[in-house]
Amino acid sequence: MSKERTWRELPKGAVSYRSSRDYKTGDWGVDAPRIDHGKCVKCNLCHMLCPEGCIAVKEDGSPEPNLEYCKGCGICAKECPVKAIEMVRK
Amino acid sequence: MDKQILMGLNGNEAVAYATKQVNPDVVAAYPITPQTIIVERFSEYVADGLVDTEFVAVESEHSAMSCSVGASAAGARAFTATAANGLALMWEILYIASSLRLPIVMAVANRALSGPINIHNDHSDAMGARDSGWIQVYCENAQEVYDSCVTAWRMAEHMKVQLPVMVCLDGFTLSHTMENVMTLPDEVVKKFVGEREFVKVESHLGEAELRLNPDAPITMGPLDLQDFYYEHKMHQVEALKDALKVIKDVDKDWAKVSGRMYEYVEPYLVDDAEVAVIGMGSAMGTVRHVVDELRVEGVKAGMIKLRLFRPFPVAELKKAVGDVPVLGVMEKCISFGAPASPLMEEIMTAYYSDQEKPMMANYVVGLGGRDVSPAMIREIYGSLLKVKKAGKVSKLMSYIGLRGE
Repeated sequence: MSKERTWRELPKGAVSYRSSRDYKTGDWGVDAPRIDHGKCVKCNLCHMLCPEGCIAVKEDGSPEPNLEYCKGCGICAKECPVKAIEMVRK
Repeated sequence: MDKQILMGLNGNEAVAYATKQVNPDVVAAYPITPQTIIVERFSEYVADGLVDTEFVAVESEHSAMSCSVGASAAGARAFTATAANGLALMWEILYIASSLRLPIVMAVANRALSGPINIHNDHSDAMGARDSGWIQVYCENAQEVYDSCVTAWRMAEHMKVQLPVMVCLDGFTLSHTMENVMTLPDEVVKKFVGEREFVKVESHLGEAELRLNPDAPITMGPLDLQDFYYEHKMHQVEALKDALKVIKDVDKDWAKVSGRMYEYVEPYLVDDAEVAVIGMGSAMGTVRHVVDELRVEGVKAGMIKLRLFRPFPVAELKKAVGDVPVLGVMEKCISFGAPASPLMEEIMTAYYSDQEKPMMANYVVGLGGRDVSPAMIREIYGSLLKVKKAGKVSKLMSYIGLRGE
């Protein structure tokens, strides 16, 4: 149970007083993607298909998963056309 | 006090006329008997250009309340009206409106819930919504309906309240019965309700008004799990407690402009009464008539009318009841499987830990629009006098006017 605030300090109307970015959902998952950048062709299909939107594209065009939010669903690994993503235990 | 205009209005027209004067931003409604005249009249005001309201003709009551929630969350004044099964279809959204602290005003033309299908008056619809976190006001006549449909906005939008309000009027008995109604000029009503103000909340980007505004975004209605839901429910508990304190001020302000002061609980000839009936809504006018007759006959009868049901005014109730030794709780609702009907349970709970309290008996009347006649009310007083004489309540619940009883 949260020790953060009592009901007296919470905003009315159940308005969120913290950003959803503060809610790290990465620890929900068991597995996480590991990208073999030697195989990756920078198509960024993983970036587009990630349901959490947590695979960013770096300046050089290569994908970079943010494991603080990755729930380990494995869609990126499944959809990668060159099989450059492997799901591994966190 | 301002000059008033006497109008002939039925209860529904009184709702529509008051709402026209308030000129809300959004009205979203779906027709259902006996409420239909409200939105019918209001749509005429819209068509005639007498209001600035965006009228949304939705496809169901679920949508009507959802639309009101969206509008109110965006900062609009939102009004709707319904009855019976329409209210039932709104159910889940009622709770969302109150928990998001949206000051929506809704008129409910009280009607029996199906089934079997019935279009006439009782309180089963609004009583079912008594735990939805809404303020509930029950009206005795069209004048009260008009007045409540103005004051409701101030109750709802009060900085310490921020909750939706249900104005309950008995279907047909009030909704379709024309009465004399004293109305105030548009500008007086407009000045009385003023502009909607917003409370400040702490959002993820700092302080913001509690409304959806792209320039100061907030998140309303997010997933609220084990960690916070319970705390947010406590907010509603407190808001209704505060409402009990501040609704009085709104009523007093209205008395200043209208000359009509409404109390949460209104006693009539109770001071020396040996028996009294307490109840809500239009039937209380008939009870007052019977009390007058009984007084002429030498019976020390009194009555207490409850106007505010949520929040439940315990202290005001006890003050109004005073030392009456026998109290009959008359209501148009059954809580199936419960030891008594809702109002009886509230009043008994209010008195439970008191040493001094009246003997109480519960009388169900008028289900599905069955007439609540003076003869039936006399029967209740007769029953109460027997309780007084016997010194005990032998029958907790009685069904008055039921064939076979």
